[in-house]
Amino acid sequence: MSKYVETLLKYATVFSALIVLVLFGFLTYFTLPLFAEGQITELFSLHWRPFHGEFGILPMIAGTLALAISALLIAYPLGLGICLFVHGLGPRWLARPILLLIHGMTGIPTVVYGFVAVFLLVPLLRNNFSHGSGFSLLAASLTLSILILPTIVLLINSQLEQIVPKLRLTTTALGISRIHELTRISLPAASYGLLAAAILGFGRAVGDTLIALMVAGNAAQIPGSAFDSIRTLTAHIALVVATDSQSTTYHSLFACGLILFLTTASVNLLLHRIKHRACRETNYE
Amino acid sequence: MNRLLNFGVYCWSWIATLGVFLVVGLLLSYLLAQGLPTIGKELFFGDAPAWEAIFGQVRVWDALWPACVGTLFLVLLATLLAVPIGISSGIYLACFAPKSFKRVLSLLVELLAGTPSIVMGLFGFAFILFLRNTFFPDANTSLLLAAACLALLILPYLIFTTQAALESLSDEYRLIGPSLGFSQIQTVFHVLLPAAGRGILSGVVLSIGRAAEDTAVIMLTGVIANAGLPQGLFGKFEALPFRIFYLAAEYQTPAELDSAYGTALVLLCLTGMLYGSALALHKTLELRWNQHG
Repeated sequence: MSKYVETLLKYATVFSALIVLVLFGFLTYFTLPLFAEGQITELFSLHWRPFHGEFGILPMIAGTLALAISALLIAYPLGLGICLFVHGLGPRWLARPILLLIHGMTGIPTVVYGFVAVFLLVPLLRNNFSHGSGFSLLAASLTLSILILPTIVLLINSQLEQIVPKLRLTTTALGISRIHELTRISLPAASYGLLAAAILGFGRAVGDTLIALMVAGNAAQIPGSAFDSIRTLTAHIALVVATDSQSTTYHSLFACGLILFLTTASVNLLLHRIKHRACRETNYE
Repeated sequence: MNRLLNFGVYCWSWIATLGVFLVVGLLLSYLLAQGLPTIGKELFFGDAPAWEAIFGQVRVWDALWPACVGTLFLVLLATLLAVPIGISSGIYLACFAPKSFKRVLSLLVELLAGTPSIVMGLFGFAFILFLRNTFFPDANTSLLLAAACLALLILPYLIFTTQAALESLSDEYRLIGPSLGFSQIQTVFHVLLPAAGRGILSGVVLSIGRAAEDTAVIMLTGVIANAGLPQGLFGKFEALPFRIFYLAAEYQTPAELDSAYGTALVLLCLTGMLYGSALALHKTLELRWNQHG
């Protein structure tokens, strides 16, 4: 009897683990025709004009990278600042409420962030900078940075929580100031956490659909400035499925999906390695 | 120079914290200010009489009710599909899996967890294309497909939280069973699972929240703007997050915009409640361990 239960649990687990391989297989299977028909060079061209038979997705790749990197550049320093605040630079009684707020932020739906950005941030940008409609790289990266902020804060925080309490007694006894302790000792000791937070934040930013779709303007072009409208790979998939129904455009769609999948998969493999290394090093100590 | 740098870091930590606090405060108060006045019978049922609308006797136009029902069905279905598999996998990984096998399985589940939700939606879409090309020429995106894709999305969360809840139990718990002559299965089901129940439950609630808020998956797998109440497993449906997205992009009248604010507020309250209760469950769990430890 108990043998059956264990086998059942095992099959459930194998099923869960195999899904990701099936997913990868499906995406590859539907992308393959592109290779066979030699359209792969067309795929990496600069123009998305499906009615002229041009299916270049380079602008979307550029848009995704520009958005993810700029959102990370905004969110990361903010997240680091908040972590330092929580671990000693701010008043102690505020630390818990702040962390609670950050936890709460993970519960706010993405679509709500996007919605508020459309009606609050976009008009603000439109009225203060006389560049286009306000739906732009800048608007999207500001909104997206708020979305990925909790991910970054919680990861760095979990690392600092393991380090700071161990050090505090020693550093206080040595007369090292709080800020010295944090910037010279704790943060360098948390370097794996810092790196992991950046990578995970990037992964989340690449994978987000709704904010890019609602706020970034969706013009398929290489962004030239922060006020340009951009289209990300994720938004591209959503838009094409919603509007087109020719099968030729679909193949390039699956190529987008495959690129996204490979990006986030490598992000996760990298994280896995980092975590492994961090574990090993702390065990040696 | 050094002192200046320190002062800069100090100031930055205050600016960052206050700034984020302000932004989130602004977001919430803006939604409350715009959304609260719209909450009412009108928002949920439009012109239709409430009771008849609830029982589906009258078709509701331009209102929230069909989207509420759609989201409810979607979330229930996704949870039903994902919970048995997710919890079983979590139990296996925490208590039974041999070490090297466990590493491979965990890695694959981690990869699934990192997959963007739009790719999960695309997977569902590809599946329908595949069915059309092979067995069922008239297969189409539907409630069941959307729920299945959402189930894939929340599956890793369920696995991780179940696994973490079981692995965080103290070693005494793991020894109780063997010391009483229990088999591994008996230990798991009579000692470890009851002890980790709250943690697992908080994981379930959390993943319900994830399923309720996700928009990208359902966009590719069968949600439409004016479906009415869901017509069975293979019909199209409406959902709250998609309604927000749709109205933000396509609203025509001020009344529709008001309805969008109301919808956003309703969704925010819904996910807020789910996350709040998950957090509370988690907190009481920690409290219990601390008292015992």
